[in-house]
Amino acid sequence: MYERISSNVRKSWLLIGAFVVFVVLIGSVFGYMTQFGFWGPAIALVIALLMVWGSYFNSDRIALSASRAKPAEGARYNQLHNIVEGLSIAAGIPKPRVYVIEDTAPNAFATGRNPEHAAVAVTTGLLAKMNRDELEGVMAHELSHIQNRDTLVMTLAVTLVGVIVLLADWMIRAMWWGGMTGGRGRDRGGGPGGLIAIFGIVLLFVAPLVAQLLQFAISRQREFLADADAVNFTRYPDGLISALRKLQEDQTVVRTASRATAHLWIESPIPHQAARGPKGATKQGAWLNRMFETHPPLEMRIEALQKSGLGGAFGPTRPAAEPTRPAAGEPPPPPPSMG
Amino acid sequence: MGAVGWIVLGVIVLLVIIVIVMYNRLVRLRNRIDAAWSQIDVQLKRRYDLIPNLVETVRGYASHERETFEQVTRARQQAVDARGIEDQAQAENFLTQTLRSLFAVAEAYPQLQANQNFLALQEELTGTEGRIAFSRQFYNEQVLAYDNSIEVFPTNVLAGAFGFKERAYFEAETASREPVKVDFSNPPPEAGGAGAAGPPAGPPAS
Repeated sequence: MYERISSNVRKSWLLIGAFVVFVVLIGSVFGYMTQFGFWGPAIALVIALLMVWGSYFNSDRIALSASRAKPAEGARYNQLHNIVEGLSIAAGIPKPRVYVIEDTAPNAFATGRNPEHAAVAVTTGLLAKMNRDELEGVMAHELSHIQNRDTLVMTLAVTLVGVIVLLADWMIRAMWWGGMTGGRGRDRGGGPGGLIAIFGIVLLFVAPLVAQLLQFAISRQREFLADADAVNFTRYPDGLISALRKLQEDQTVVRTASRATAHLWIESPIPHQAARGPKGATKQGAWLNRMFETHPPLEMRIEALQKSGLGGAFGPTRPAAEPTRPAAGEPPPPPPSMG
Repeated sequence: MGAVGWIVLGVIVLLVIIVIVMYNRLVRLRNRIDAAWSQIDVQLKRRYDLIPNLVETVRGYASHERETFEQVTRARQQAVDARGIEDQAQAENFLTQTLRSLFAVAEAYPQLQANQNFLALQEELTGTEGRIAFSRQFYNEQVLAYDNSIEVFPTNVLAGAFGFKERAYFEAETASREPVKVDFSNPPPEAGGAGAAGPPAGPPAS
């Protein structure tokens, strides 16, 4: 269990490190190819920060009002409050505010810029469908997100995506208006300047996509970490495993979720596309769609939990239920445009 | 002072800073253990506070089950009066057993099962049991972090020099691993009586 947690933390750092290296690379290419030099990336960083961090500071209010969450008051939520309070004692964080969302789809999310300003929200569908152990597993997962400061981590990732998108955008414009010193190699022949220019052009078209893929990879890694940490709190993987199984079998989707807040929920609120695709889908197509998912497939999460070394009683994974709805879904989401 | 002198001075300053940082970290970890210990007590007290209400609610429907109520009340009083870790652990176990009897009795009364107050109390007790368990778990995690820190190299050198000692985990007493037989025929010695009482149990030192 401890090994799983530290390996997940290591992978997170690796991904973030790779992301930073990538940003620096793009920044240097940008600096080389335009006359803005160092100032380009610096200004891009400031703009991206301003755009993203306002929403980070108010992340709890934004997420809660976007999903129309209401404070969980009244005797019927006593069990929920008791569970959340017990788990925050185990986690050593202050008890977050607890909210309820009127929706039959079972789901839950956690938000807030740090543990002192955190909130968790649960749908009425989840409360109806889960028993106490399963609910405890789900809330433990949410509290792990808060303890691990995942809003901060994902905000960092989104900021870096913003920087890259801005830089790529500017480079395209700069090229268009002919402001490049790397040159198209007209006057310099096919020298190294031209080669770097070509490399740079390819890079700037590919960069936003790579940045997004990195962001989604980080999101998936944090989900695994939250699952592992949840077991660290409850010492009872069966609770969360059982809850994930129930989520697997339930096909309803939360109404008020959007792509922007998708990574906050315990299960992706966006209907999956070719992750469990039609039999005719090419392996490549399926893989690419999976790379854009904010959450790892539930099968993989359940498997990881069963290997956590605390003796899950559910045994080897059952084969997943056949999807009952046609798998022809929407096309993959387009990369977000910023500025 | 030549260049070598400056370098030596720099190294000394660096070492002092390192020592300070390591020492402070150990102090913080140790304080967390004490805080976690008090937290356990807070949850235990909550449990004691819930019980009289629970007994009264059940008594309202099953007034002739006097023996069960008396057992619970006495077990609770014992737990409140317990001093010393072993006494407290044993008293806690008695109390848990009597509560189980109480709930077993309550199952025979369907009107009680429908009583909102009773259900709320039952949920509160379940929540409290959870909180007690979690606070003990949290306490053990702090002890683990602390013990790790004072045993790994190089901090163990510092720990030895400044007298940081290992702390013991909160362990289920061997006695409590066997099912406890609730027996009130021989009242246990008065724990809260003259002479035997002392300050509330502090966290185990080693």
